[in-house]
Amino acid sequence: MLEHIWIIPAITFTSFWLILFFGKRLPFKGSEIGLLALGVCLLLSTVAGFQWINHDSAEVHFERAPVAAAAEGGHAAEAAPAAEDGHAAEAAPAEGEHQAEAHVLRTPVDKSVHWFKIGDTQVDAGTHVDGLAIVMLFTVSVISFLVHVFSTSYMSGDRRFTHYFASLSLFTTGMFVLVTASNTLQGLFGWELMGLCSFMLIGHWWEEPKNSNAALKAFLTTRTGDIGLLVGISTLFFAAGRTFDIATINSRALDGQIGHTALLLAAIALFVAVIGKSAQFPLHTWLPDAMAGPTPVSALIHAATMVVAGVYLLARLYGVFWQAFSITHSSINPVAVVGGITIIIAAALAFVQTDIKKVLAYSTISQLGYMVMGLGVGAWTGAMFHFFTHAFFKALLFLGAGSVSHAVHSFEMDDMGGMKKYMPKTFWTFIIGSFALAGFFPLAGFWSKDEILLGAGQNGYTFFMIVGLVGAAMTAAYMTRCVYLTFFGEYRGHGHPHESPAAITVPLMVLAVFSVFAGFLNAPKLFGGEWFGRLVEDATFVHAAIPIHDFSVTAALLSMAVVSGAIGVAAWLHFGQRLPKGLTERSTPARLGHTFLANRYFLDHLYTGVIIGGIKGPIARAAYWFNQNVLDGVVNGVAFAAKRSGSWIYKWIDQGAIDGTVNGSGLGAEGLGGSLRRLQTGRVQQYGSLLFGGTALFALGLILLVARSN
Amino acid sequence: MIAQNIAFGILAASSVLAAIRMVTTKNVVHAALYLVVVLGSVAANYILLAAEFVAVVQLLVYIGAIVVLFLFGVMLTRAKLGHEGELDNDQRGLAAVTALLILGILGYVLVDYFGDDKLPQLNRTHEQLNATRGTGAVGNAIFSTYLIPFEVVSVLLLAALVGAIVLARRD
Amino acid sequence: MLLNQFLLLGAVLFCIGVYGVLARKNGVLVLMSIELILNSVNINLVAFGMMGGDAAAITGQVFALFVITVAAAEVGVGLAIVLLIYRNRTTVDLDEVDLMKG
Repeated sequence: MLEHIWIIPAITFTSFWLILFFGKRLPFKGSEIGLLALGVCLLLSTVAGFQWINHDSAEVHFERAPVAAAAEGGHAAEAAPAAEDGHAAEAAPAEGEHQAEAHVLRTPVDKSVHWFKIGDTQVDAGTHVDGLAIVMLFTVSVISFLVHVFSTSYMSGDRRFTHYFASLSLFTTGMFVLVTASNTLQGLFGWELMGLCSFMLIGHWWEEPKNSNAALKAFLTTRTGDIGLLVGISTLFFAAGRTFDIATINSRALDGQIGHTALLLAAIALFVAVIGKSAQFPLHTWLPDAMAGPTPVSALIHAATMVVAGVYLLARLYGVFWQAFSITHSSINPVAVVGGITIIIAAALAFVQTDIKKVLAYSTISQLGYMVMGLGVGAWTGAMFHFFTHAFFKALLFLGAGSVSHAVHSFEMDDMGGMKKYMPKTFWTFIIGSFALAGFFPLAGFWSKDEILLGAGQNGYTFFMIVGLVGAAMTAAYMTRCVYLTFFGEYRGHGHPHESPAAITVPLMVLAVFSVFAGFLNAPKLFGGEWFGRLVEDATFVHAAIPIHDFSVTAALLSMAVVSGAIGVAAWLHFGQRLPKGLTERSTPARLGHTFLANRYFLDHLYTGVIIGGIKGPIARAAYWFNQNVLDGVVNGVAFAAKRSGSWIYKWIDQGAIDGTVNGSGLGAEGLGGSLRRLQTGRVQQYGSLLFGGTALFALGLILLVARSN
Repeated sequence: MIAQNIAFGILAASSVLAAIRMVTTKNVVHAALYLVVVLGSVAANYILLAAEFVAVVQLLVYIGAIVVLFLFGVMLTRAKLGHEGELDNDQRGLAAVTALLILGILGYVLVDYFGDDKLPQLNRTHEQLNATRGTGAVGNAIFSTYLIPFEVVSVLLLAALVGAIVLARRD
Repeated sequence: MLLNQFLLLGAVLFCIGVYGVLARKNGVLVLMSIELILNSVNINLVAFGMMGGDAAAITGQVFALFVITVAAAEVGVGLAIVLLIYRNRTTVDLDEVDLMKG
């Protein structure tokens, strides 16, 4: 299976065409094809996963001394073709005598066919299967399959049901192509395919201008980043010696065979693409708007595809970023900074949303910030693990939100409340998802988030660890608020909510199980200790010698304390509004704390008033002060001086010299414009005459020139 | 050889005269009919150049389809069928100057560069000619060497078909 | 036969076509003139093909065929546009179509 991994994208691609052409005539309007295709893909990727676990591993040696780098250049590349023959044991390079660090590594499976040739550059199309690709494949298959199941019920009766399923298939294809790509060019295809499908799916209900605008916004914003991808890929192509191959590019970057300037340029360009696709600050604005699409699509976009494509790119070409930004060797780099900013900004925004999907959208942005920051501080495994766990609980939360909205026909949390009573299954799974997202022991999010924070701390990025902890606290608090508003209190909507059908609740339960147990895969002392990490860590990881840190109980306790504290405070505030009215009123004037307590939307006020006002207010005041004192003074002084000199200049220079010139040039421009205006008649044929005549005259000039030179 | 030259002379004269009439006539339908004469002469020129398949396609597609399409266009746009009404715009002079300028430059270049270059003599039997550059040979080339351009052209035709329908339908 | 006699015939037809495109007011007539231009190109293709070997002759003919196909597509779309203009403005007079006027 590992060598024929191309079958998986091929299946979904076929499914896309089948649904498109025959979907409408089938009894279930094409959804059965999509379900079948994704089911087979899930099966195949599971098989591939098991094969990878039992795959031959070999010791890989990497020379760490940069001097010998050129000679030792292509270890990873050399290992690859050997693996293709199945003689993986031979892949252990004999040059290991240089005595570098030796790592046991599963040899990646490469399979490629000749694609095209331009000049001397041959480009192969192929698949590159390693731990990262396998994990991505599996996660995408699971989430996509469950989203398909969910959609059969959620989207039933939709007028473009068939097209919806076709787009889902194509979307999944894009992600499969991206994760299995062995070269950047193929990756670009998958990347753009997803961009296109996200446009189609977000704008699925395009009759409303709001939705089609959101689709356009998503498309154009990510396109802005995609320019970076094109620039980055082409820069790397030339800088890495005319190759698109990802493994080669990584190993050449790490060996120092690529000039630092070119590498830095490529890394920055690629990072722009990551920012666009993974909705990082400041290009994050498209993602909340993308909520205009159907909820299962949001789950798919946010959990497993689209937005993590950026993170995947970052992880896949990690050698480039590692070397270009000197990750862990210098105190600060753009990847970590952007990730950190995104965590905080998005988490703060999540507090002020009333739409449940938007809360989750900002939460996704914030969690993506964790992954990006994790990669920025050298916590590669942690970031990948966070992607893995986040996929499950974020899909769970989105589908849960979809289930609730299915019942109350609204996404506004004002229309919800008390849903615990009506939808117990949705409630419990949502609770699990929220705790997992908050990073509560022992759910999935805890292990992965902890690993990123630990990596940040141990690699010398203490500041980013603090940012991460603050982010974790905020995550816990806004999820508490969201859960409270949705499931507790009195029902505020209209109509009679009811539990969703099995096609909706079963995916929720499956995802809940994953959200609980996925974290143990990388837990210490379980499955042989950090099993997941050893599964995904690839040649680049070993080559770059990314530091590995042991699980730290102190760090875990610290993050647990922060998270529980945040949940406690948030819960206390929210559930506190059920305190007797009299008590609140009596204590309100007495103490400040009670004022907050009495406030029903304490956190909303905190964030709209304090953070937004706090940012807006001082800046505005400072600007005002600056305006009044500094600028005014300068302006007044200048004005006085100008007035004095002005009166002199006016008399002699202005009236005499300048007026003449100005009037002259004005008249000249007017005359010229007037005469040129006559040329723009709007009559195509006149333009045609000028075009043909001009060309003829140029040709004449050329002839005279050539004739004379001969 | 002389016979060919005489044939060419007649064809060239008729096509040029018909073309000039086509762009100057005051009757739209006459213009379409003059176009038929031009296209027919050009088709005959292809036969002089031993390109019989192109000549036949020229007759079928151009005269059979495109001219009919033009006549439909004339009919549907209810262009005036009589002599009344001006079909030329007010910049005939500019257009004539431009055209003559191009003609002068093209003519100069062609005469200067190709001078008296002769087309090669094809002293072959009919069968040989047919096998090397006849219809069969053209067919082989289209479906082997030029297969992909051929497919692209079919897609282009489809796109034009769809485009024409979209543009012209009433809704 | 000279190569130039065909090329010059092509050049003359081309220039007449250019004149037609520039001087005609009626949209349908402009399209006809464009056909004239395309035909002159075809004559050139086939004539130049004769100058080479068999392969060149075939190439010239195939390209002429492609041009004929493209011309057919062009006429289809062009006439559709003319029809649309006629429907919207009840005229095919290109002088009236001057939205680009400055």
